[in-house]
Amino acid sequence: MTGRTDIPHYVNPAPFDPHSVTAITPEQERYYTASQWQLMWWRFKRHRLAVVSGAFLLAMYFSILISEFIAPYDLHHRNTQMLFAPPQAIHLFHDGDFVGPFVYGYKKSLDMVKMRWTYEEDRTKVQSLRFFCIGDYPGAAYEFWGLIEGSFHFACPADGGSFHMMGTDRLGRDMFSRIVYGARISLTVGLIGITLSFVLGLAIGGAAGYYGGITDTIVQRIIEIIRSFPELPLWMALSAALPVNWSPILVYLGITFILALLDWPGLARAVRSKLLALREEDFCTAAQLMGARPKRIIYRHLLPSFMSHLIASATLSIPSMILAETALSFLGLGLRPPITSWGVLLNEAQNINVVAIYPWLMLPVVPVILVVLAFQFLGDGLRDAADPYK
Amino acid sequence: MLRYTVHRLIVMVPTLLAISVMVFVIIQLPPGDYFTTYVDELKSQGENVSADRIEFLKQQYGFDRPPVEQYFVWVFGMLQGDFGYSFEHSLPVADIIGDRILLTFIVSFSTIVFTWVVSFIIGTYSAVYQYSLGDYALSFLGFVGLATPNFLLALVLLWLANVYFGTSIGGLMDPDYLDQPWSWGKMLSVLEHLWIPVVVIGTSGTAGMIRRLRANLLDELHKQYVVTARAKGLHPFKILVKYPLRMALNPFIADIGNLLPQVISGAAIVSVVLSLPTTGPMLLRALQSQDMYLAGSFLMVLALLTVFGTLLSDIALAILDPRIRLGGGAEK
Repeated sequence: MTGRTDIPHYVNPAPFDPHSVTAITPEQERYYTASQWQLMWWRFKRHRLAVVSGAFLLAMYFSILISEFIAPYDLHHRNTQMLFAPPQAIHLFHDGDFVGPFVYGYKKSLDMVKMRWTYEEDRTKVQSLRFFCIGDYPGAAYEFWGLIEGSFHFACPADGGSFHMMGTDRLGRDMFSRIVYGARISLTVGLIGITLSFVLGLAIGGAAGYYGGITDTIVQRIIEIIRSFPELPLWMALSAALPVNWSPILVYLGITFILALLDWPGLARAVRSKLLALREEDFCTAAQLMGARPKRIIYRHLLPSFMSHLIASATLSIPSMILAETALSFLGLGLRPPITSWGVLLNEAQNINVVAIYPWLMLPVVPVILVVLAFQFLGDGLRDAADPYK
Repeated sequence: MLRYTVHRLIVMVPTLLAISVMVFVIIQLPPGDYFTTYVDELKSQGENVSADRIEFLKQQYGFDRPPVEQYFVWVFGMLQGDFGYSFEHSLPVADIIGDRILLTFIVSFSTIVFTWVVSFIIGTYSAVYQYSLGDYALSFLGFVGLATPNFLLALVLLWLANVYFGTSIGGLMDPDYLDQPWSWGKMLSVLEHLWIPVVVIGTSGTAGMIRRLRANLLDELHKQYVVTARAKGLHPFKILVKYPLRMALNPFIADIGNLLPQVISGAAIVSVVLSLPTTGPMLLRALQSQDMYLAGSFLMVLALLTVFGTLLSDIALAILDPRIRLGGGAEK
């Protein structure tokens, strides 16, 4: 022997699996067998900001279902004792003692020089807030969605007190309540508008992409013309054309229709180009060769594969609609009181001199920006998730 | 090149015609006309108007003729520089809008230059220093800029200026220069006031442009020719400026078509908030009082401005990019 130690003979008792190299873990298997929508959901979940924005928007949209409950006062209730009252801050401690959420009452005096009311916190008047309460104060009663009478609120002011978290406007109406109610209009304008624009875009873009030829050319031209026009002046002109004697609800529908009328070209263009591109894909040819009819190909194969993209781009164009409504109402061309949207509220802030003295009139700006940002992030996340195979 | 330009010019004619029809229909849409509004207004003040006078005015301005005829009169008038008559101001439209169109043009042009300069600097920085703190901060700022509607931004700026400086930042020139002929002083005064509307209107466009430039430049920076250039020992700055940046600049020209309507739209509403003597406030007023020829001319000129801007950008793009030029009249 030369000092060489032999390695003991070893045989793995486990049966040989020739597929061990190609085998996949359960996790991988889950990934590979997941449906398209499931993949999208996983992808979407990774986009933190989009998830947060989505949750925020869901909460906002949920709030419009129960605006009456959230808002402490009725939309049109006027507290004539509190004209242009500044926001009442919510405190927890009074003189170092814990009291729970409360607001200080106001000491009101008339400034004879500037001819306006001035308000000062009255530290002796501690007005504890009540929660989940049946309101018995003026402005508490409401008709839930105009149907059921009630006065159950999330938060009520103390007996004989007031609770204006965001101040009051020129007529003494509670800004916070008005913003809560305004969400109902501002948020639905975008949804209804985008639905209309979605239908228009899908139908017109689909026709252009499917039939091609002369239809396609005409549609392309129309889209080009509409897109080459500066939107806002056109919106202004169209909404100025709405008859003055229309009822508020008709005006609301009219405005959403006008918004949709100028928004569909973007979607139609996306539909058309997607249709054209997908028509050449292998799976489409395969379906054709297997004898599928055009209708089946469109609905079964083409539509699902670009629906996600469409939803993403629709989400991205909702904010522009919300903004357009706000802008039009702000200019006084859009919705008119008594319908209250954020734009209508901002209409009161048009005069800079008023805003300089009563800055809380500008508060409706905050929800507008938050909602628009949230839609922007959500749309971004959706767009990334729309193509999970990339 | 010539063929392409001619083709584009020919295509423009039907577009403009279609736009003029659209504008005419829109200004005809509201029920009644300026005179019904006018008579109602006078009646509500307790004054009487002789029906003869109104009838005479209506006849003079062709309101009694069928709409189609009115349309042709309007279009042919415009071709000869006659934009019709503003009832509210009792002046020919052409006399009123000239100055305002010029100022709108100045504001829009400056806004686009602002958009280019700012997005060029920030976009390049963000792409070169990707994922740096500065990149994150600027991207976030861009997002907020994209989401903030410009008229609200104008409102907030006005308020801040009022609170902190006690001045009003509205207007486009010193009040002394209003209705004065153009002079050096007026020019300088306009330049002094210009930056606020330019920043306000340009924010969202700039934010969008930054994102596009950043994405484009990032794509280019990861290409092999950059690696090659670096391997050969070229100075990083020279590499950046000489090749990828040039490639990434395409959207600056190509996007004018999208940017211009956006800028003009923005200018319309921002000028109402900031009370600029541009087209916005007057258009708003004209629409409200049904001063149809004034409103129609504004809409038409704004559309013209956009269409011509797009045409210029298309031609510039064709000069820069041979693929488009050689494609003849083919659409992108």
